[in-house]
Amino acid sequence: MDAITALIVDDSSVMRKIVERSLRQAGIELEKVMEASNGAEALAALQSNKVDLILCDINMPVMDGLEFVRQAATVDKAKGIPIVMITTEGSESHVVQALTAGARGYIRKPFTPDQVKEHVLPVLGKKQ
Amino acid sequence: MTPVTAFAQASREENWLPILERATQEVFEIMLGCQVTLAEPSEHKVASGFTAIVGLAGALCGVVTVCCSAKTAGQIAKGMLGDMADSAGQAVDALGEMCNMIAGNFKNKLAGTDERCMLSVPSVISGGEYRFHSLVKGKSMETVVLFEDAPVGVRLQLQN
Amino acid sequence: MSTDTSLVTRSHEENWLPIIELAVEEVFEMMVGCRVKAAAQSEHRTNEEFTAMVGLAGALCGLLAVCCDTKTAGEIAQRMLGGTVDSQEQVADALGEICNMIAGNFKNKLAGTDDRCMLSVPTVISGGEYSFHSLADGTCLETVLLFEGAPIAVRLQLES
Repeated sequence: MDAITALIVDDSSVMRKIVERSLRQAGIELEKVMEASNGAEALAALQSNKVDLILCDINMPVMDGLEFVRQAATVDKAKGIPIVMITTEGSESHVVQALTAGARGYIRKPFTPDQVKEHVLPVLGKKQ
Repeated sequence: MTPVTAFAQASREENWLPILERATQEVFEIMLGCQVTLAEPSEHKVASGFTAIVGLAGALCGVVTVCCSAKTAGQIAKGMLGDMADSAGQAVDALGEMCNMIAGNFKNKLAGTDERCMLSVPSVISGGEYRFHSLVKGKSMETVVLFEDAPVGVRLQLQN
Repeated sequence: MSTDTSLVTRSHEENWLPIIELAVEEVFEMMVGCRVKAAAQSEHRTNEEFTAMVGLAGALCGLLAVCCDTKTAGEIAQRMLGGTVDSQEQVADALGEICNMIAGNFKNKLAGTDDRCMLSVPTVISGGEYSFHSLADGTCLETVLLFEGAPIAVRLQLES
């Protein structure tokens, strides 16, 4: 599998590190990892960087994850990039909202690297 | 004002500090029968002997904290309980209840009785040496009021 | 556990301790990469130099707290981050996230995907000398788990 550039969007720096570690433990080769602490920063990052995968929390200040997903669908440079939500919010309504907005997957915290692999590889078009 | 319009207006966060200030002053007025004046946070160092915390969840997600010295917490308890105030433990309860009421009053002014925002249970930290760290990464606003000339800090930290 | 039975069995809160323990075990296994096991509270006294707490609001009203000593908090943070920890703030962040995930995991096991119970934002207290008091006047469930031999106390305190 080719190495990818991942954008991790979470207001917690601790969680961003954990998500990166989980991606690596899941065997996903990362050429570059970019970070954003909210949806607005993530949209700005997408303007000038080529990204293959976005992992995104829901509860964030400035612009939350659901709004980010909705806006990403309308921005040329963000369209088509798979977004997988990783969040503590476990309710069915949140899952439905995220997937309706355009997210391609949804991982609830806590999560294992295997769960990351299970949700991320398909959206990258890869088999496990 | 309907909950929908309340929230719509509330999206102007610069309007929230006066609401927090008013919510605080009203609670002191109603529960302690005294008027507290607003003070400049930079001019009044709030002692952290007692910190009461209550969580907000739902449409508004964050924490409200009320902070003061142990002596001031005791005076607040006396003000609330009158002659019935007789123990240090009551200072904890009293400050916790004040925090709860300020948070509730603020929430109601902002969003009415909308159930989309709810409060958790207050807790109180007391002691000589501790640090308070919130995982809220969003907006933080603070007001200081003077209660019997002693500063009481009220802070609202919102995630969204 | 289905949503219908879970909230109805609120009256059987004494059944919740195993659910809390399972929620803690799963979070530690998945996020810290290690197994923790429940221990007898009477045999293990937690030195509570770090207390992380998160509020629950709505159908369940209360708070969940995770307490441990400074060394244990640092080790948890190191294991979560897979490397060196740069600051006390990172330790507090890590413990706060653990607490948040335990509360979320517990809530989801109990209430399924019910929206009627929500979490506020975690806060973390650290220090050498402080007392933590919750104003929750209902059920208090506590368990102690051993993380590499060191006790971690997890408390769920509910409003009656």
